[in-house]
Parts: sequence; C-alpha cells; structure tokens
Amino acid sequence: MATEIQAVRRDTAAPARPAMPGLLALAVLLLVLVAAPYVLYPVFVMKVLCFALFACAFNLLIGFAGLLSFGHAAFFGGAAYITAHTVKVWGLPPELGILLGTAFSATLGLAFGALAIRRQGIYFAMITLALSQMVFFMALQLKFTGGEDGIQAVPRGHLFGLIDLSQPMAMYYTVLAVFLFGFVVIWRTVHSPFGQVLKAIRENEPRAISLGYRTDHYKLMAFVLSAALAGLAGGTKAIVFQLATLTDVQWQMSGAVVLMTLLGGIGTLFGPVVGAALVVTLENYLAASNLPVPVVIGVIFVACVLLFRRGIVGEIAARLGGKRP
Amino acid sequence: MIARLLAGAALAALAVGSAQAQQGKISGDVVKIGVLNDRSGLYADLGGEGSAVAVRMAVEEVGGKILGKPIEVVSADHQNKPDIGSNLSREWIDRDGVDVIVDVPNSGVALAVQEVTREKKTIFLMQGPATSRLTGDACSPTGFHWAYDTRALAVGTGQAIVKEGGKSWFFLTADYAFGHQLETDTAAQVKKAGGTVVGAVRAPLNTADFSSFLLQAQSSGAQVIGLANAGGDTITSIKQASEFGLTQSGQQKLAGLLIFLSDVHALGLQVAQDLVLTTGFYWDMDDEKRAWSEKYKAKTGKMPTMVQAGSYSSVKHYLKAIEAAGTDDGPTVAAKMKEMPVNDMFAKNGKILPNGRMVHDMYLARVKKPSESKGPWDYYEIIRTIPGDEAFATMAESGCKLPG
Repeated sequence: MATEIQAVRRDTAAPARPAMPGLLALAVLLLVLVAAPYVLYPVFVMKVLCFALFACAFNLLIGFAGLLSFGHAAFFGGAAYITAHTVKVWGLPPELGILLGTAFSATLGLAFGALAIRRQGIYFAMITLALSQMVFFMALQLKFTGGEDGIQAVPRGHLFGLIDLSQPMAMYYTVLAVFLFGFVVIWRTVHSPFGQVLKAIRENEPRAISLGYRTDHYKLMAFVLSAALAGLAGGTKAIVFQLATLTDVQWQMSGAVVLMTLLGGIGTLFGPVVGAALVVTLENYLAASNLPVPVVIGVIFVACVLLFRRGIVGEIAARLGGKRP
Repeated sequence: MIARLLAGAALAALAVGSAQAQQGKISGDVVKIGVLNDRSGLYADLGGEGSAVAVRMAVEEVGGKILGKPIEVVSADHQNKPDIGSNLSREWIDRDGVDVIVDVPNSGVALAVQEVTREKKTIFLMQGPATSRLTGDACSPTGFHWAYDTRALAVGTGQAIVKEGGKSWFFLTADYAFGHQLETDTAAQVKKAGGTVVGAVRAPLNTADFSSFLLQAQSSGAQVIGLANAGGDTITSIKQASEFGLTQSGQQKLAGLLIFLSDVHALGLQVAQDLVLTTGFYWDMDDEKRAWSEKYKAKTGKMPTMVQAGSYSSVKHYLKAIEAAGTDDGPTVAAKMKEMPVNDMFAKNGKILPNGRMVHDMYLARVKKPSESKGPWDYYEIIRTIPGDEAFATMAESGCKLPG
C-alpha cells in the first residue's frame, strides 16, 4: 500500500491554481448533476452524491496531505447516528441534525487526529482503524443506536421549516447543495496557501519542518476538516435514507471509500466523485444480475491497481498532457 | 342551484367510483414479484437464489398468470446493506412497478424495507429476518412476517426443551442487542416452564476462540447450553463445543436459537449431532412437504430451508388473495390475505394476525447422529410440535399499534 501511494504521489504534483480545464469540468459536472434526477432515479443519484462527498473528504486527507486514514467510517457512520437520533428522538429539524452530526464528527476527528498524527504510514492507518473499531463497538452496544437494527424511520422533516423534504426533488436539490458546498470547501482548501503547505508536507515532511512549518498543526487541521466533511456526508445520507445502521460504521465502509478514491484517482478533485459513482452504480445495478457484486468490484480494484494506478480521472488527465483538473 | 350542486356531487362520486373500479385491476398489466435478499454473503445459503426458485415454483403452479395477466419474478442482492435494500425497493416500486417484495433477511435491512413498503402501500412478505419487532412496534398494514421470528424461537427452544426434561440452562450469549434480547426472551420462557437459569456468559461479536466460554458452560453443570448468537458465532461455537466433547459426553445438550437446515448441512452431522433447535419447516415430515421439497431439490440440488419454503408459501397465498380480491392493489390484497386461512404444504390452517404475523405450527427438532441418518439431508428428528398460538405472540402482546 505504502509504495503504491508513493508511486501515485510522484504523479500528482498539483498545479497551483484551478486551471481552465478544471473550471470546465466543474461546469459540466454541475450541469450533469442538475439534470440527473430527470434521467436517473433521484434516490440513487442522492446516494452517489453522499458517497462522492465522503470520498472527496477522504481524498482531501490522502490525496493532498498524504495521510491514509483507515477509520473514516467512524466519522461517516457516527454522524449518521447522531443526525438520525437528534432528528428522530429529539425532533430537531433536518438542517440542525446534519449540523450536529457534522460537529460530532469534527470533534471525533480532533480526538482521533491528535492521537494518530503522531505516527506515520502504516502505523497511522492502524491507529485510525483501531479507533474507528472502538466507535463501531460503541455503536453496536449503546442503547440509542438500536444495535444491528439501527435507527430506522427517521423523518425527513422540513428544511428551515419551509421545504418539505419528503418530496424527492426537494430532497435531491438539498443534497446537491450540501455536496456542492462540501466540494467547494475542498476546492478552496486545496488551492489555498494552507493546501500548498499540505502538499509540501505530503511531498517531504522534514523539508516542510525545516522551512518553519509546524506540520503537526497542519496535519491535524486537515484531519479535522476531512472528518467534518465525511460527517456532513454521513448525516445527509441518514436523512436521505431515513436510517442509520452499522453498515456505515463498519470497517468495510472505510475500505470502500479507499476503493472509491483509488478507482477515481487519488489527488484529483473529480476522481473521488467518479469513483464513488462507479462503485455505487455497480452495487446497485449488479444487484439484480447473477454476478456476485463484491467479486466484480474486487476484480475491478485489482485491474485498477495493476493497469491504471492513477485511477480513472488521474489517467485521463495524464493522457491529456500531464495536466490534471 | 342546489340541484346543480347535487348533480355535481353525484358526478364527482361517479368519477371516484370509476377511478376505484379502474384500480380494481392489475397495475401495469403485470404482477411483479421482487425477491430481495442476500445472494453473495452469509445468508445466501438460507435464502438467496433458493428463495427466488421457490417463488418461481409458486408462480408456475398457477400457470404463470393471474386474472389473465402475466406474473413476473425479479430478484436482487441487497448485500446486507440497509441503504441498498431501501434504495432498490424504492426503485422497484417507483420505476419498475413491483407489486410485492419477498424474503429480505437481515433485520436491519428488513426494517428499512418495511418503512419503504409502508409508505408505498406495497405488500412485503418477510421470510429471512428474525426480529419480532417487524410485527411489533415496527408493524405495517401491508407487512407480513411468515416463516419464524425471535419470539417463536425463544418459546420453541426455551419452553419445549424444559418440557422435554432440560431443566437447568446456561447461556452463551453474543454481547450485543440481538444476543441480549434472545437470551432474555428465552430465559423468561425457561423460567415460565419451570426451569432454572444457572448462569450466562457474554462473548464479543465474531469471537474466534470460545474455549474459555465453553469451559465455563461445561463446569456450570447445566443440562442445556443455550446459544444466543447467530451466523458465524453459532457455527464456531458449535464446532468448538464438539471439539470439547461437550455433547458427546451425554451430560449436556446444545440448544441453538437461530439455526437453519443449511447451517446443519454446512457443519455436518458429526459436529452438529444432538443439537436441539426450533424450525418452521422440515422437508421430511409428510408426503406433501416431501413431494414439494423433492421438486425443489431437483432444481437447486439442495433441500429447502424454512425461509425458502416460506417464500413459496407466502407468494402462493398472495396470489390466491389477488384472485379473490380481483386486484393487486396493496391494502386490498393485504386485507384479503388476512381474511383467508393459509393452507398449503408449508402450513395447515395458518392464520394471519392484524399485525401481519402468520401464525403456524413450529417444530422442535434434534439433529440426528451420523449413525441415525439414512442418507443425504436426513438431518432432523422432530421431537415436538409447538402449536402456533403458543409459539407466536398475540396481537395484544406484540405491541403493534395497528387497529386489530
């Protein structure tokens, strides 16, 4: 794993400013997403968006700060539980529920990050995995999470007390807004001086330290930001599907987001979106076929690692002359 | 003026009437049955493609047509993820015009699909999921729970074993909500029947080594060791109990609280022998069950579990109800299903409570020793029939808020 990431890193020395192709790609993406619910099933596209935001948040950490977290399910699923509980049991409006879920994940991210960034590479990954397993067992044992039944029948409610989210289109554009907000935050972060420092740390941490940067602070901030955005995605998903269950906090979810990011292209802004769309589509459309879904996804993953390590978007960008969106 | 108003009202009433008459047909000119279950994971053997085969057998028996319209069967793999299950069932109902969803093992996914089918007023025939909440606080007017539930397992295994002489119990419990609930329910039944619980030990989920827990169980001196766990934990604990010679000594009995025929097949008789369990169906009980199961085996190479046999039975009953109601409108068919008794190879005089619980006899079975088994799939000896009214909760006990 570590050597692969090294290999990918070298390919992904990022440009400083969002170039024209990037803006063009963003415009195309926006157009596709606005039109999508008229062509595709809205709930399906909402699911893609939630996972895309989750993968983007994860990518912020691995692609731009070079930190491989194996515990992002804790933020995604943890926020889903908090949102579901606050909306269903406390009767909070959905926007407040999602906000609380996000805040919970940010706090959790601060605690995880403070511990984990003291180590590097595989140890960092293992610490995050261990911590997220603790969250999983808490979700399994605590009363309010409902064990393996999860929290079900969460009301979607009214956004700001006005917009009825039980209407599929209202829900869809709300999710789209949340996704775009998260995406823009990541975009801005990556292209800010803060993002430049992160890339410097990714490329050579001792050199960044010698330049006078307190790299631990930067890494921790990136970790918290990534956790918060993962929580935003998880909380939104809880409202979309009206449930929060163990699936979201299981370690397989941490694996799934690594897979989405790798498939799409680590360190590219659009890669995780493409990767998430691909994995969710496979999960949904292969479900009705006789092919075992995990096997197919596994084969694609192996093919990706062996044949196109930069991921789909990374590879396309490299072919188009070394520039990436 | 008044006359005109009245005429208008009459016209409106007529319009409503004709709209209802139009509903009194088959929606989309096809009855679509969606089998949604785990086709690639740990529940694939007890349901999986087998449930779809069983459903197709029910469809073939009515000639593939109902009220002159074709019946279509589709199936999908929910991969044990509630969001996939919820998304697929929504899409099926909204886009593909699926009229009924069958099976759905895994309580988490089933509860999610229950919410979708409640909202869409679609019939939901549950076979695989265990939790009795599906006909309790999470009951739905169009949800039916067919083959078994946790309450029936607790009553069956708990009470019946005490009546068979297994007075003192020790529980080996999976340390999470499902295990705790199964232990509490079963212990209550054991005490009700006059038995005692001498102790319990909690093992974490997905334990690899049960030796210390099994030693505690062994030294407790209890006659019966109740396995309040599921899936991989059950399999591992049974295997290791066999390695410890727990049951071969003849002093202690293992009571599995959630075990399917496919599990026994996977374990083998050598390991699983003398295990006591509750089931809603066993193929080798009467001619009708044998005949159907042989037909099923010819198609799949395996004997059906209670989940697969239940899928057949519920779809058969559903199609009968459509025939009787003359429509495939969800709430109408649901009401009809509850009116009619269930009589087929799976259940005799089964009745459906207002909360959707199908009440039928359950059976206490003992797994045969290798020397007693006459051939492949000859696994169970039925030691007791548990009357449905005893096994399942009444409407009042269930905690379901539907009018009944």
